[in-house]
Amino acid sequence: MTSEAPSSSSTAVLELRGLHVSYGAIEALKGVDLVVNEGEVVTLLGANGAGKTTTLQAISGLLKPRAGEIRFHGERVDGIPPHEVVALGIGHAPEGRRVFPLMSVLENLRMGAYRFRRVPREELDRVFGLFPVLAQRRNQEAGTLSGGEQQMLAIGRALMGRPNLLLLDEPSMGLAPLIVSQIFDIIQEINQQGTTVLLVEQNAAQALKLAARGYVLETGTIVMSAPARELLSNPRVRAAYLGEGAE
Amino acid sequence: MCLTQHFWQFLVPGITLGSLYALIAIGYTLVYGVLQLINFAHSEVFMTGGFAGLFITQALVTAGLTPHGADSVLYTVTGLVGGAVFGAVVAFLLERVAYRPLRRRNAPRLVYLITAIGASLFLSNLAGKLFGRDRTNIPELYANDVVFTLFGAQVRVQQLVIIGTALAMMLLLDTVVNRSKLGAGIRAVAQDAQTASLMGVNINRVISQTFVIGGLLGGAAGFLFGSYLNVHYQMGFLPGIKAFAAAVLGGIGNIRGAMLGGLLLGIVESVSQSCMSSQWIDVVAFVVLILVLMFRPTGILGQRLGRAA
Repeated sequence: MTSEAPSSSSTAVLELRGLHVSYGAIEALKGVDLVVNEGEVVTLLGANGAGKTTTLQAISGLLKPRAGEIRFHGERVDGIPPHEVVALGIGHAPEGRRVFPLMSVLENLRMGAYRFRRVPREELDRVFGLFPVLAQRRNQEAGTLSGGEQQMLAIGRALMGRPNLLLLDEPSMGLAPLIVSQIFDIIQEINQQGTTVLLVEQNAAQALKLAARGYVLETGTIVMSAPARELLSNPRVRAAYLGEGAE
Repeated sequence: MCLTQHFWQFLVPGITLGSLYALIAIGYTLVYGVLQLINFAHSEVFMTGGFAGLFITQALVTAGLTPHGADSVLYTVTGLVGGAVFGAVVAFLLERVAYRPLRRRNAPRLVYLITAIGASLFLSNLAGKLFGRDRTNIPELYANDVVFTLFGAQVRVQQLVIIGTALAMMLLLDTVVNRSKLGAGIRAVAQDAQTASLMGVNINRVISQTFVIGGLLGGAAGFLFGSYLNVHYQMGFLPGIKAFAAAVLGGIGNIRGAMLGGLLLGIVESVSQSCMSSQWIDVVAFVVLILVLMFRPTGILGQRLGRAA
């Protein structure tokens, strides 16, 4: 529940224009264009190695683009170091969860609010409200949590920084189907509470049910961009990402 | 049996030296935690603290202070603070000048190691050139009376000052690391630097802070060590390597491990003198290091500060 209501549904929160990122001589992104509007859930689909994580890491400042621009609320943010990007209001729950294994659940959540002078009480309450299991396990070492709990912690930790835009990198990875649908329900709830979400997924079926729009990334290039419903019924998407044999 | 015969006589000096090893070992382990780098130049941070303490106390002697009463306290505190501050400054500059440019260029691991050894040799020889190559005693700080006798072993003021100061600093550090936001940043970078930066942690700043904290403790240890023995441009070499062995013994990357390893190593080294000639004393630390690396490379407490996997 943020104080500022979305002013208009078509206001771009995030814009990528011709984004190029390379690892040495290898080009991971070859001119990616992508827009996320205020209040939306947008999903970025693609196979392993397509460049999904690279895209999120470039947005967060972990990777410097070789060319192109990243705009957040209209301002250029490419080339800004990650700790400053967080302060602008971009939260990132990275691939593989990456909780701090030797810190307690509560300490992990406090790390999420590192940019604030004091840990905001209302954010902590909100996270514990979304993930009651984290409240129960608040003093447990994060490395001893189950995979699903760690994913909840990673998302909760990103929310602690009070982001306008939440980047989620494969929240379903390695989790049982029941846990996955639980986590996707919560992502929906987070979005309904006013946070814009860019969701990177390999689990296209789940992601497209949640998202308003989707992009399909193949070897560093956006090959498709459409409303989620269209992508769900697109034969090429169905064949490549929804596990249906092409006919 | 030889061990029991003079055990107590050797225990107190062992704890004294061990608490100094512990202070130095923390510097190795902290930097290893955030950078996975063995900062071999840390021994010279320690040496700088010794010289800073020496010059400050010499100046106080010139100013007419005497090793009695309130003057003693002033001597000890200014020497300690001076050693700590100079240690911190050298450690900070070391990171800025020697290591940060390597990070910016993504240099391979080996380059860091060679740089560390090079920086160590440079600093040590610079000190030799600037301050001479003789052993110098830090002026007497206080009357070093026997305070009490423990099972026939004399315990002196100096030993209590060193042990007490070292323990207080370690307690303070432990609190800072585990309770403060600064400590949370250090632990987060040690566990997962990239993710820490996503939380808003400025990694470069945390690395600087880590060097400064290690430098404060190492510099203070240099002054205490110098007042216990003497100050010399190569005084850092052996205590530095022994403290490194202590850090490995406790579990490199683990702060409490470094404290424990330092104390243990000091005690083992000292007590073993009752069984062998004191000429062999330096061998003990290396035997311990080799045994740990062979049989328990993660050390006594394992790597608790750093990565779990």
